[in-house]
Amino acid sequence: MKEEKKERRLAQKELDSSVKINVAEEDRFVLPSAEEQEREAGLPADLQALKTRIHDIVHVLSDFAARRQADRPRQDYVTQLRRDLCLYYSYNEFLMERLMDLFHLSELLDALEANEIQRPVTIRTNTLKTRRRDLAPSLIDRGVNLDPIGPWSKVGLVVYSSQVPIGATPEYLAGHYMLQGASSMMPVLALAPQHGETVLDMCAAPGGKTTYIAALMKNTGMVYANDANEARVKAVVGNLHRMGVTNAVISCTDGREMPKIRPAGFDRVLLDAPCSGTGVIAKDPAVKTSKDEKDIQRCAQLQRQLLLAAIDSVNAKSKTGGYVTYSTCSILVEENEAVIEYALNKRNVKLVPTSLTVGKEGFAKFKAKRFHPSMTHTRRFYPHTHNMDGFFVAKLKKFSNTIPGTEPAAEEQPSGPAPAPPQKRKADVDANDDEGFDEDDKAAAPSPQKKKRKAPQGQQKSPRSKHVGGKPGAKGKKWQKSVNPKARNPKKKGLNKKP
Amino acid sequence: MDRTKDEDQLQALAQVVARFTHTPLRRSIGENIRLLLERPDGLYCFRLHKDRVYYMSEALMRHALSFPRHALISVGTCFGKFTKSGKFHLHVTALEFLAPYAQHKIWLKASMEQQFLYGHHVLKSGLARVTENTAKYQGVVVYNMKDVPLGFGAAAKSTAECRHADPTAIVAFHQA
Repeated sequence: MKEEKKERRLAQKELDSSVKINVAEEDRFVLPSAEEQEREAGLPADLQALKTRIHDIVHVLSDFAARRQADRPRQDYVTQLRRDLCLYYSYNEFLMERLMDLFHLSELLDALEANEIQRPVTIRTNTLKTRRRDLAPSLIDRGVNLDPIGPWSKVGLVVYSSQVPIGATPEYLAGHYMLQGASSMMPVLALAPQHGETVLDMCAAPGGKTTYIAALMKNTGMVYANDANEARVKAVVGNLHRMGVTNAVISCTDGREMPKIRPAGFDRVLLDAPCSGTGVIAKDPAVKTSKDEKDIQRCAQLQRQLLLAAIDSVNAKSKTGGYVTYSTCSILVEENEAVIEYALNKRNVKLVPTSLTVGKEGFAKFKAKRFHPSMTHTRRFYPHTHNMDGFFVAKLKKFSNTIPGTEPAAEEQPSGPAPAPPQKRKADVDANDDEGFDEDDKAAAPSPQKKKRKAPQGQQKSPRSKHVGGKPGAKGKKWQKSVNPKARNPKKKGLNKKP
Repeated sequence: MDRTKDEDQLQALAQVVARFTHTPLRRSIGENIRLLLERPDGLYCFRLHKDRVYYMSEALMRHALSFPRHALISVGTCFGKFTKSGKFHLHVTALEFLAPYAQHKIWLKASMEQQFLYGHHVLKSGLARVTENTAKYQGVVVYNMKDVPLGFGAAAKSTAECRHADPTAIVAFHQA
């Protein structure tokens, strides 16, 4: 017996070593030299060879010390990999670099593959008109193959296949369901609107989330749907009417104007910001090549302005609400965590858990950037892990209306040149973009807005008390009492008329 | 200041509208319109905005006033619109509010149902039931056999005439 065992063990050992040897021989991967690369550039790409090389490089990189060529640095491998991936999946270098930063190598290939496949069609039951258990059989009768979307949603259904066009059934026309991506239900779930509240959907088109909000509120309270694009607003009107939403006000203005129209007039605000669309590459492959550094910056800047506007429209004193939900269909850190961080610095808001059970935590740190530790409350969704569009959701709670943002805005405008504030803010953002995301450290920069921000001392309950001057808290409090919102209002009104 | 002005304007408009609106509405739901305006859950009102008539609660109306007119796209439910020549057309969105109060109804057979939804007029062959005493050109609400309201129509023939019409004759015009 013993001998047998020994023999077996020996045999196994031999086998192992031979395998190892084989691996070592076969997989000693050699990077192409500069000349080879040049030659390659002239030829049409050989996809099969490319794929093999991508896998080889990933293999090498996963155990670099053992599998590298001695004379080539890691950088060479990474550059080559990036170039190959760009060629194979037809991305531009910029986006690929961002994705490589974002994902671990093993994840990266999955993510890229997932971007090539369409996500399943999902629909949401309109609870204003029907129930899921009524809707599902009637759709199945029409030859639609569907399933509940998952344990986190009571209204979602996944459509696997359908004999009829799913967007033209009588049920659809009657408003019993809405075609809606799984990911776009998330922000609404995070927002958790309550009955009787006043809720704003800032970038509403085409109205999927708005109708969901109205459905959750059972048509009580009020829903404001706003979108800046006139053509897209029409879709909102159509959808809201079809779904039987009766408590909605639909408007078409720039979201950044919202705080002027109804300052602090909402219990909750949903901001699904316009973005670069890096989470929905499967839907729109043009994103792969059309985006560059500047596009992202432009998006991020707009998002910051919108988020501040959203926060300013929320009433912190609301009994049930005071929440802002921010979401994008982008997976880039610049458009997500960085934007939130910016808002945390500029307004009296804090991150709260989104109450979503799925999704990955947001990054509290990313490369050299360090965000607020509560950034882990945010949620990220990826095509390859959750089989829904790439998405980001953050929920903010506003804890004070008298805040660094609104206060200087009210005081500054009369003194400064008339059209100044928005532009100044823009400039602010631009300057900060160059530096990374640590705006507040640069707050000492001599900008009038920053100075003004220091003025209302003692009011700030913000954990970021860097700007709070040395004034004793008690004095500040007294001051705060005297300046109630009503007293400030006339001033504000006057300002709004000015431009 | 601005607000009251807006409100006055809207109200003035609404009164002008009332004359127009109420005729076609009356045609289909009659004097029940009062029930629409004074609902148990608060006051509701009609407002004219960009040639369209919207139906909303008073509270919602007041909120909507905070938007500049050009930025406002829709409030509450759209009931119908005025054509350029001043005629009023009902929209199908008004259905769920008007259907319960409708005085004249017609019911369609299942075969006719789909055709009506796709915009065809109702033929005698597809007609299942019709309210007694429906006059010619009376506004009607169209139902299917399961009593689900489908849309608005106008009776092309009175009930009595319907009895004697041949199967391919149109008994109701499709409106919305």
